[in-house]
Amino acid sequence: MEDNLPVMQGAVCPIPISQHQQVVIGHGAGGVLTHDLIRNIFQKYLGNVILNQGNDAALLRMWQEIPEDQNLVVSTDAHIVSPLFFAGGDIGRLSVCGTVNDVSMLGAVPKFLTATFILEEGFSIADLEKILVSMAAAAEEAQVRIVAADTKVTEKGKSDGVFISTTGFGWVDRQYHISGQSALAGDIVIVSGPIGNHGIAVAEARGNLGFRSQIRSDVAPLNDMIAVLLDAVPNVHVLRDPTRGGLATTLVEIACQSKVTIRLKEENIPVDRDVRSACDMLGLDPLYMANEGKLIVIVPSEDAELALETLRSHPYGHKAVEIGLVESSSEGQLLLKTPLGTTRHLDMLAGEMLPRIC
Amino acid sequence: MTASKVSPESIRQTKAVMDEIRRITTRPWNIMEICGGQTHSIMEYGLDQLLPEEISLIHGPGCPVCVTSLELIERALQIAVLPEVIFTSFGDMLRVPGSSSDLFGARAQGADVRVVYSPMDAVKLAQANPEKQVVFFAVGFETTVPAIAASVLHAEKLGLKNFSILPANVLVPPAMHAILQSPDNRVNAFLAAGHVCAIMGYWQYEPIAEKYRTPIVVTGFDPLDLAMGILMNVRQLEEDRVEVENAYPKYVTRLGNQTAQSMIDQVFEPVDRQWRGIGTIAQSGLGLKAPYQHFDAGVRFDIQLAQLQESPMCIAGSVLRGVAKPIDCPAFGTLCIPTNPLGAPMVSAEGACSAYYRFHKVK
Amino acid sequence: MCLGIPGKVVEIYEVDGTLMSKVDFDGVVQEVCIATTPEAQLGQYVLVHAGFSLNVLTDIEASETLKILKELEAFNQSYYGEQDPQ
Repeated sequence: MEDNLPVMQGAVCPIPISQHQQVVIGHGAGGVLTHDLIRNIFQKYLGNVILNQGNDAALLRMWQEIPEDQNLVVSTDAHIVSPLFFAGGDIGRLSVCGTVNDVSMLGAVPKFLTATFILEEGFSIADLEKILVSMAAAAEEAQVRIVAADTKVTEKGKSDGVFISTTGFGWVDRQYHISGQSALAGDIVIVSGPIGNHGIAVAEARGNLGFRSQIRSDVAPLNDMIAVLLDAVPNVHVLRDPTRGGLATTLVEIACQSKVTIRLKEENIPVDRDVRSACDMLGLDPLYMANEGKLIVIVPSEDAELALETLRSHPYGHKAVEIGLVESSSEGQLLLKTPLGTTRHLDMLAGEMLPRIC
Repeated sequence: MTASKVSPESIRQTKAVMDEIRRITTRPWNIMEICGGQTHSIMEYGLDQLLPEEISLIHGPGCPVCVTSLELIERALQIAVLPEVIFTSFGDMLRVPGSSSDLFGARAQGADVRVVYSPMDAVKLAQANPEKQVVFFAVGFETTVPAIAASVLHAEKLGLKNFSILPANVLVPPAMHAILQSPDNRVNAFLAAGHVCAIMGYWQYEPIAEKYRTPIVVTGFDPLDLAMGILMNVRQLEEDRVEVENAYPKYVTRLGNQTAQSMIDQVFEPVDRQWRGIGTIAQSGLGLKAPYQHFDAGVRFDIQLAQLQESPMCIAGSVLRGVAKPIDCPAFGTLCIPTNPLGAPMVSAEGACSAYYRFHKVK
Repeated sequence: MCLGIPGKVVEIYEVDGTLMSKVDFDGVVQEVCIATTPEAQLGQYVLVHAGFSLNVLTDIEASETLKILKELEAFNQSYYGEQDPQ
């Protein structure tokens, strides 16, 4: 452990004030302020045996951790959500769950996370603490450890409060071949619950919609539910979470990767009453709104019932429902059958969805 | 609750109405709707797939976003980039292309452009930002005008000196005249826009129906409303009757909302207006009356406009008048797509080209 | 045109002399200016567009469209017998 003498380095103030309400540029300089921040704030909330060692890198004793016959899975993500806090979550929970979920979509068990923080000069330390508390809670729920972290500070105006980047590592049994390319004709498409909640919650938190609702983001770590599902139904073909771009965009991606037609039944797709209302009021389509705690599962038809039952037994999947089926085709496409029996074609989200007046 | 907004009862009734339409149709008929919301609904539910082949639905210039003139878009862009201005607009105006840019582009360049959901939000912004000039892009048909009129009246009550509107509203009846007078007109009957009529009533359509011997039915937006509007039109056509009928009685009466109409009359008066792709239609727009001229951003900000150029490939005008389909356009789906629109009907969610692109790929 | 959504008036008040209300849309509550429909009462449904009310919902018992629907029901019953035509 280094001693606590301040470091004199040219223009750096020799007696830095150690109790800050806000992030200052000095926090990113690598000197005492940085160490203060790491020790008193980051390690306080995210700390674990590995992180607290304070080395430049994390030593992971893989031979103790990974079982045999496993492939390593890695995923990385940047999070710049605005606003940072919204009903049901915040950027902290979002960054942990987002990466945990991405790793899980291959059927992998997520184990370790790294996190980098770009802080804006002037950002409130109290808000940073809230975010870290949230990250710690999410990591605890997902049973992952944050083993490496870094932080830098930009000048005021050069970032938006805080940007967080996370990378996740996990391992997956070599028997699984879960990917977007694996959907087959005859498969059933399932979604784990109602869609659109996260997108609306974030839009509402921005404060300029002129309405108030009880809608909360669904942001959640799905790895436990996925583990339970794969235990009961090892032959899952596709897992994906419909995040930005929504259910429709995600299914178009899968349809194109697998070169199949996916045909959805509109009246089966679950949307909460108030989310439906909010979308109607804004002229937005719930099929394209982001979700951060939902799962698309594509399974062979003979496994569909068991998959549904298993998902429904889990708190994050109790409203799981079958929404469509996969058909063979020469190119990928997504179709939607309306309650009137007519069919229309769904595309990826083009650009940003604009709330309409007409 | 599901993604579907229609009840099983309503679906059953819609199918019964469609069956009836099929039963009574003996000749080909062209029915036009002048309402972006109705175009969107028809596409969303695939209603045209349920109609007999003889009935053609033509999508008219019912998207106010699409018909806002290039000149007004350019004016908006020039005002938006002024440093003292907070430029507010409905969301779907942001991507409508001007000669070289759009409001989204202006925002990316640093202009303070904000999406609002109500003109009242713009008034509130003006109250909260006394050192800024807040301008509201007043786009929309008669449905939106009372909201704008009421907001102007409210701003006046508050004595606000930093609120103004860029008048761009358009009216339906003059557009119907223009369409029906056109030599290549193919329209046999109209579905009148339900929410426009909620405000204006439908008494204005009676002289139009009579002059051009064209049935007009006030119609709503969900599949049953639309099916009913079409049925009532087809009955008139098959029976050689001409009337104005109301298939949206929930919200529409013959005289309309008189309070709203008097607010409009107090603040606005008809002016000639240019419809993008179509040309100038006499008395088809609304301008501020003399006592409210000081709320006109076109007057408050001195804007010089250069020569304006439309994309030579864009056939928006023909599409908006219903004489061409989006797929007739050489640029449709190739050079002109939702993420890179050449003309307004590809931008707005209700523009005919955008609706076609998104909903019509099923063969 | 125009996105008009029906909602229930749950509160009525004035702001700077202009009649305002809170309207409930299935759990989402929005501030709506009802200067355009000053006759709207608490508990009534109004059609809302761009933060303003367009009209108050009317009872349509005697309407033409309801008559047609009833005729069609009667017609379908006789045409298809007791079955529900799917």
